[in-house]
Amino acid sequence: MAQDARRLESAAVQVRSLVRGFGDKTVLDHLDLDIPEGQFVALLGKSGSGKSTLLRALAGLDYDVEGRGGTLTVPAEVSVAFQDSRLLPWLRVLDNVTLGLGRTGTSRGASALAEVGLAGREKAWPSELSGGEQQRVALARALVREPQLFLADEPFGALDALTRIKMHALLQELIRRHRPTVLLVTHDVDEAIALADRVLVLDRGQIVVDEIVDIPRPRALGDSKFHEFRNTLLGALGVEVAAQ
Amino acid sequence: MTSILSAPAAAPARTTAAGADRSGSGAAERPIRRLGLRKGFPFSRLAGVLLLLAVWAVGSVAGLIDPRKLSAPWTVVTTAVDLISTGILQEHIAASLSRAAVGFAFGVVIGTALAVVAGLTRSGDALIDGPIQLKRAIPTLGLIPLLILWLGIGETFKIVIIALGVVVHMYIQTHNSLTSIDNRYVELAEVLGLSRATFIRKVVLPGAMPGFFLGLRLSVTGAWLTLIVVEGINAVTGLGKMMYNAQNYGQSDVILVGLAVYGIFGLLSDAVLRYIERRSLSWRKTLAG
Repeated sequence: MAQDARRLESAAVQVRSLVRGFGDKTVLDHLDLDIPEGQFVALLGKSGSGKSTLLRALAGLDYDVEGRGGTLTVPAEVSVAFQDSRLLPWLRVLDNVTLGLGRTGTSRGASALAEVGLAGREKAWPSELSGGEQQRVALARALVREPQLFLADEPFGALDALTRIKMHALLQELIRRHRPTVLLVTHDVDEAIALADRVLVLDRGQIVVDEIVDIPRPRALGDSKFHEFRNTLLGALGVEVAAQ
Repeated sequence: MTSILSAPAAAPARTTAAGADRSGSGAAERPIRRLGLRKGFPFSRLAGVLLLLAVWAVGSVAGLIDPRKLSAPWTVVTTAVDLISTGILQEHIAASLSRAAVGFAFGVVIGTALAVVAGLTRSGDALIDGPIQLKRAIPTLGLIPLLILWLGIGETFKIVIIALGVVVHMYIQTHNSLTSIDNRYVELAEVLGLSRATFIRKVVLPGAMPGFFLGLRLSVTGAWLTLIVVEGINAVTGLGKMMYNAQNYGQSDVILVGLAVYGIFGLLSDAVLRYIERRSLSWRKTLAG
């Protein structure tokens, strides 16, 4: 198993025999997962494969799940970025970033906004920002808390392709600087390969692919290794790729 | 009103826009919004009122309106001037305003507090929502006989009746707005680890603001309405009392002065609330803009 090699490092996330289900439908079926500190993991899966359920379990947002079992350990500081930016429309941008941080937050919030390229927009209302800008505010809000674990549930899913490319670069830069452990849930295979250190594929509540991405950065779509890995992942996701 | 007045001006502009010159290099034509409300014109709210006044004035001059039933506008004005110069009107207004203000203030505080408790706790919801819905089914004015029995016919009873109506409006609107706050924001608050106090301050209360303001505006109207009724019951001063007296003496001009004052205060209070609402809900983008 790939996990054996990593057991010596300190694990940020430890999931053992995790079971989650709704009614008589089992979504996560005795799932095991270790994520070492500082690793960037991308989680792929068809819709309904349980990716969001796993993320919500790690985020502690699965109180409405009836069937449950197993253990999971996560760090104390966890931040989540959702598919929608989820900014409170009645708070200005800076207040959204520093929400719940208390008095010391303001200067940190301003520098977090500067980090995502939104210096000077502190006083704007969320509705005055574009979709990409709103998502950047959401990233600032997540990272200003210096999380040990950063969970992202298809954070770029609602953005257009051009904005998404820019956001990938920004996310990599932010991760390099803040060094959190990352779990990125996505349905975009290229996104997963371009960004992650390790890619998981979830199918019917179990991890069916667990691969370290062994491609030097920056990873280009034209690279033959990229292409090969992409086909492997697409195959695991049940997408038939025509032979080249 | 808006569409009738702006339609002729708008029509040519539309034709141009639909034609070749969509780039709009020519002149001041601006594209016109097709489905949302168009831009208002200054004092547009007053247009209908002014028309009504004109009909009244013309009818009085032409002798179409019996002055015993409805005095002419200028008679009402001179009566108002008389009432003001003798200080009678001010006295009645002061009495009415203080009654309305006290009842309103109590009602707003109690109604909002109940809405927050019912919206945020299960036990509050179980204990508060039912009685309020029950109260809502009973018209406030229908409680007058019972409350007179309990509280007598003094000031307390009048203020309680006013407050009761306000409580219901404030509760219904604030509670509705509060319970329809998007669950995604609640999730966010949990993920960010907000304390309950911060959650209420930054998420719940701002989220309930639109309903709170709607409640305030309905309450103001309701409070004025209740006021005129309760002032008919053993009051010594107050606008309502002044009007009931005038009815006994057949002074339609005094009744009209009273109505005008009610109207002015009604409009003023609504305008003030709208202004505050616009200021505090400036983050909202709505149909009316």
